[in-house]
Amino acid sequence: MASLDRVKVLVLGDSGVGKSSLVHLLCQNQVLGNPSWTVGCSVDVRVQDYKEGTPEEKTYYIELWDVGGSVGSASSIKSTRAVFYNSVNGIILVHDLTNKKSSQNLYRWSLEALNKDSSPTGVIVSNGDYDREQFAENPVPLLLIGTKFDQIPENKRSEVLTRTAFLSEDFNAEEINLMTGFTDRKRFNFKSLHYD
Amino acid sequence: MSFLVDSVIMFTSQVLFFGFGWLFFMRQLFKDYEVRRYVVQVVFSVTFAFSCTMFELIIFEILGALSSSSRYFHWKLNLYVILLVLIFVVPFYIGYFVVSNIRLLHRQRLLFACMVWFTFMYFFWKLGDPFPILSPKHGILSIEQLISRVGVIGVTLMALLSGFGAVNCPYTYMSYFLRNVTDSDILALERRLLQTMDMIVSKKKRIAMTRRQMYQRGEDQNKQTGLWGMIKSVTSPQTGSENLSLIQQEVDALEELSRQLFLETVDLQATKERIEYSKTFQGKYFNFLGYFFSIYCVWKIFMVKFWSQHISFILVGIIIVTSIRGLLITLTKFFYAISSSKSSNVIVLVLAQIMGMYFVSSVLLMRMSMPLEYRSIVTEVLGELQFNFYHRWFDVIFLVSALSSILFLYLAHKQAPEKHMTL
Repeated sequence: MASLDRVKVLVLGDSGVGKSSLVHLLCQNQVLGNPSWTVGCSVDVRVQDYKEGTPEEKTYYIELWDVGGSVGSASSIKSTRAVFYNSVNGIILVHDLTNKKSSQNLYRWSLEALNKDSSPTGVIVSNGDYDREQFAENPVPLLLIGTKFDQIPENKRSEVLTRTAFLSEDFNAEEINLMTGFTDRKRFNFKSLHYD
Repeated sequence: MSFLVDSVIMFTSQVLFFGFGWLFFMRQLFKDYEVRRYVVQVVFSVTFAFSCTMFELIIFEILGALSSSSRYFHWKLNLYVILLVLIFVVPFYIGYFVVSNIRLLHRQRLLFACMVWFTFMYFFWKLGDPFPILSPKHGILSIEQLISRVGVIGVTLMALLSGFGAVNCPYTYMSYFLRNVTDSDILALERRLLQTMDMIVSKKKRIAMTRRQMYQRGEDQNKQTGLWGMIKSVTSPQTGSENLSLIQQEVDALEELSRQLFLETVDLQATKERIEYSKTFQGKYFNFLGYFFSIYCVWKIFMVKFWSQHISFILVGIIIVTSIRGLLITLTKFFYAISSSKSSNVIVLVLAQIMGMYFVSSVLLMRMSMPLEYRSIVTEVLGELQFNFYHRWFDVIFLVSALSSILFLYLAHKQAPEKHMTL
């Protein structure tokens, strides 16, 4: 088991968007019955066969680090959270499709995770304004997941999808939209996380 | 004519306060959340506006601004509106939003909200019985009945908060109490946290791999049909799942440990930041204030009364400003700590309720600190409540709260993770 390579993926997003449920679904293949607030960071592991069926098939452990809290947390919490952002191979940004603020906060989340190295005190250097350049040369791949799609009324759905398409373009990220309760289990294709 | 001018002045100031409450709501409280229901924002801003107007009227009273008849009129008007808001509007909406969050009751939420409100009114009314707050000549539906009850709740709240604040403020800001935290303490704790996370990860990897192997083996076993397959599945040892539950228990314990370590690290970081803050100019100012207020509070606790009326009124002014500011800051911190996108509406409304009751009872209590000549308007407007009762009640609750806070902070201080600090 030690011979399998390590892949560390952060799962970030506001409180209540569904990160813990998502991680539980990915790793245990079950729906999380009693979600509760995440204190600190909860980790779960998924065994993934990369490029299954091909001669280059390789099995990885994907560690999903689900960091709790909000972007408005006290600076002492932010400084402590920063220890989890070390040597990250990928980031999953989760937002709630029924809550616009949670999508906007994703900029601040990604800045917090990516800027960690340049400011040891954990304070965000930029003023939160989005800068496409920063994400263009970003070596860490991003995956954007929108949850609770089925809670949006039918007539608003196309508008929401357009908005999230722009969002994922800004981040230069892949995008997936999910239903509540995760009854529609999509097969997650981690093609964006490939390493040599 | 002067009445019209006065009313315009009052109205303008109310609009200004309303705007300030609105901005505070948008920029501070709901900075990270989406405002879904504007009614919450409006109710909060209205409560804030009318509460601030009451303070403004007291100041006008002292300064002698505006004519006394229009002051009296505005006092009555303000009081009626704020009582209406605090007793009817806010509790109803709190009930409504709480009921909306509960899935079972969602359909008939209006009905259940009304039921909740009636329950609130029943207990609110019953509150008046054990307290000697009214003289018997008041009728059932008089304004004194309502104010007296709001007053009791508000005064209790104020005394609890002041008692706690009186003890906590020196404790937080005075450098004497700050534990000595160094960077290496924090680093050591962070290293422990990461080590714990790594242990959790490796155990979960074992679980995942074992389950995967069991699943693959199970698949092979399923291919064997008939009697032979059944016998084989019964006799082959089920050690796989026993191991799993053992490892799972270890994982649960480690996860609990990781949460503890995380919280302790946050605590140390917060202390370190407080130490750094105390070295700044602002920090030193608050340190001095801490000493000053602790002396004032010790005086209050032992109830030595030889300060003259006018000095205590200046103190009233300072207390008004700092208590509004302090209340707003405390509300913000409290709100961040406990809110989520589901409960944010309810919490804001509860805060609005507390704020309104706090301000109403401030007016009641302030009467004691006001110079004699200004007390008359307050007495006249609020009717013949037994003011002495409120003052005694405040002192009792203040004392109880302060002593409990001292006890609580003493225990918390002793329990502190001193084991993480280098001696």
